[in-house]
Amino acid sequence: MASEPKTGERYVATPQTFAALRAEIAAGRTKACDLAASYYQRIEKINPQLNAYLSLSKDRALAQAERIDAMVAKGDPLPPLAGIPVGIKDVLVMRGAPATAGSRILQGYQPPYDCTAVARLEAAGAVLLGKLNCDEFAMGSSNENSAFGPVRNPVDPERVPGGSSGGSAAAVAANLAVATLGTDTGGSVRQPASFCGVVGVLPTYGRVSRYGLIAFASSLDRIGPFAANVRDAAAMLSVIAGHDPKDATSSPAPVPDYAAESDQPAAGLRIGVPAEYFGDGLDPEVGAAIERGITALQAAGCQLKPVSLPHTRYAVPTYYLVATAEASANLARFDGVRYGYRSPSSATLSDMYSHSRDEGFGAEVKRRILLGTYALSAGYYDAYYMKAQQVRRILAEEFLRAFAEVDAIVTPTSPFPAFKIGEKADDPLAMYLADIYTVTASLAGICGVSVPCGVTSAGLPVGMQVLASHLRESTAFRVARAVEEAQS
Amino acid sequence: MPAKVTEKDVERVAELAHLELTPDETGRMLRDLNAILDYVAELSELDTAGVAPLAQVSELSEAAGPSAPRPDKLETSLKRDAVMPQAPESDGAFFKVPKVIDR
Repeated sequence: MASEPKTGERYVATPQTFAALRAEIAAGRTKACDLAASYYQRIEKINPQLNAYLSLSKDRALAQAERIDAMVAKGDPLPPLAGIPVGIKDVLVMRGAPATAGSRILQGYQPPYDCTAVARLEAAGAVLLGKLNCDEFAMGSSNENSAFGPVRNPVDPERVPGGSSGGSAAAVAANLAVATLGTDTGGSVRQPASFCGVVGVLPTYGRVSRYGLIAFASSLDRIGPFAANVRDAAAMLSVIAGHDPKDATSSPAPVPDYAAESDQPAAGLRIGVPAEYFGDGLDPEVGAAIERGITALQAAGCQLKPVSLPHTRYAVPTYYLVATAEASANLARFDGVRYGYRSPSSATLSDMYSHSRDEGFGAEVKRRILLGTYALSAGYYDAYYMKAQQVRRILAEEFLRAFAEVDAIVTPTSPFPAFKIGEKADDPLAMYLADIYTVTASLAGICGVSVPCGVTSAGLPVGMQVLASHLRESTAFRVARAVEEAQS
Repeated sequence: MPAKVTEKDVERVAELAHLELTPDETGRMLRDLNAILDYVAELSELDTAGVAPLAQVSELSEAAGPSAPRPDKLETSLKRDAVMPQAPESDGAFFKVPKVIDR
């Protein structure tokens, strides 16, 4: 469906802030219906070049927009996201809308229920525009693994938007939505946010219910918002966070007003800078942009402290063993029996399973299922899966020790800016190393934000990753706000 | 950590995972799995004797801990007529699949 973009063309446009849109809608100057319609017009014009949306939910969006307009007309109090047009990564289910997870194996599937985070956005007044492209089952760092073609980076359409939530990041960067939801298992919100120059949030594990998230690695999967600015990303998180009886791992901790808390100045916060994230393999221009961001934090009154995370180099191997082991179990459910694709050419049940899976899954998904099955199989379990779980504890405890000394830790989000489409597509290991700065926080369950922090000489965005301890999202937002303010 | 993966290992694992690989795919996966396993072998440098495995981060801190179990009472779930139409083949009450046993 994607037509070739013209070389050198850029599709970047900044959405209005929640506060500005809310004021417009509340005053009756902008109708929610007209706003939604204008987004659909822009999507129609630009999506063929970027391939960010896989499907649109116009009926549902317009019905919601009409409800909001009726509330404005009656003078009813408006919910926090009244009329805000949002997009949803297509691993989160929406009742009656196609759910593909970027895979052929879910062909035809229209789930009969809503993901909790999606339902909460709608209950808060958001208008759900449609479903966004991603790597198949959220497995990838470039969006090239989608069965429906790659998403293109709005900053430079010859480059990847990052992954796996590439559509969600690109949609905000190109103003095809005011904000979006993505998912982050090993960096899949933070890395595309950095590649596209937008804000992406990794909430603490358990902060947001996973109900209705098509599972990749259940002990790592998290839903997180993308927005054009830190305050709006924080406001989105307050809406989707909180306990859900449908997810036993969701935390009962009360949900703060993250946007209001992000207004607190960062002055006085202790910021850790780990040398392990600034070594070999870091693009010098990315490193220089992050150094400037760190200097800005110091100027904002933060106290910088070196911290040591010596086991960092073991994080990528640990992550790829844990994540693939869990994936091999989670993806066993796709067997052509209850939903999705069934191979038409099978004489026996056993053939039907293997033909459906072989025809339905793409190469990267098969690779990870095989690796995970291998790591869990008799004779290898202790050497691989058990070992990885032990190292996971070492990595997590190392972070918690560091957070006894500092309030937040800052690093580059990615070692390099957005790369060219096809550049790493044939080398799975090179692609895995793109996640080198993001996977450790995933394994430890801590929270973080990727915030825009300058550009390279070629104009490619750089993201700073701000990490904070369990349930310390407000701290990460405050630091990210200081970095953001230094950019303008 | 264990030695190289062989073509036979790939075939065995594919069978365990209900994946049917073409000979081309088997060769490619053999190459990729060996490259990835060589890389993850770095973990064997670390002495992890006595370290308890961490399967879920909720064990780590009270802050990130989950809620208490919900009360054990009956709740309605999705209706069959909302769910069964998603199946590639069904009679409305049961999923239909090819024969399991030939006789």
